[in-house]
Amino acid sequence: MAYLAMLAFTITGSWWLEWAFKLRVLRQIRFTLATIVPISIFFLIWDALAIHLSHWKFDLGQTLGVILPFNIPLEESLFFIVVPLAIILTYEGVTKLRPHWKEEQS
Amino acid sequence: MTYTEITSLALILVVLSDIFLFKTSLLTTRAFWASYAIILPFQLLTNSWLTTREVVIYDATQIMGWRIAGAPIEDLLFGFAMVVGFLAYWEFRKKRANVA
Repeated sequence: MAYLAMLAFTITGSWWLEWAFKLRVLRQIRFTLATIVPISIFFLIWDALAIHLSHWKFDLGQTLGVILPFNIPLEESLFFIVVPLAIILTYEGVTKLRPHWKEEQS
Repeated sequence: MTYTEITSLALILVVLSDIFLFKTSLLTTRAFWASYAIILPFQLLTNSWLTTREVVIYDATQIMGWRIAGAPIEDLLFGFAMVVGFLAYWEFRKKRANVA
């Protein structure tokens, strides 16, 4: 369950931003997911390739044990939804507080 | 290809996408770097959880061997590629939605 715990931690650490800063990331979840999924597919292809080439493997005893096609554990596929959501929520939170930082050069 | 080589390639691809494909130039904005500064410690924390508990196990022959917070240095680039990739497409889609 260690992998699921990491996902739960990421959700807990990021979703509150939606309400705290009145963001529209979760409220417009269809738009958000339509943005996340195409990019996630690229990362999942990379993941499948890395698993195939044995770049990394998973301790299935620490997962739910549900394996999707291309030997991707269920948690790993959820990772590519949960983490992008956290990334977008963070960015939206920052730009809500500091709108001019979108244009300002770093 | 090794993990090191694929991460380098992915990094080049996301940076080029940000500039030429999505035309978002996120990497030049303060908003991007401020967001990344917040995300990075959480990546190190969660990644360290997954690697030190060996939920994910890496093949030592496919990485350079430099580790940060328990995880291969390549993971740092993987995370950076994710942040750039998702945020560039997010900005691209938001701009397009506002225009339409």
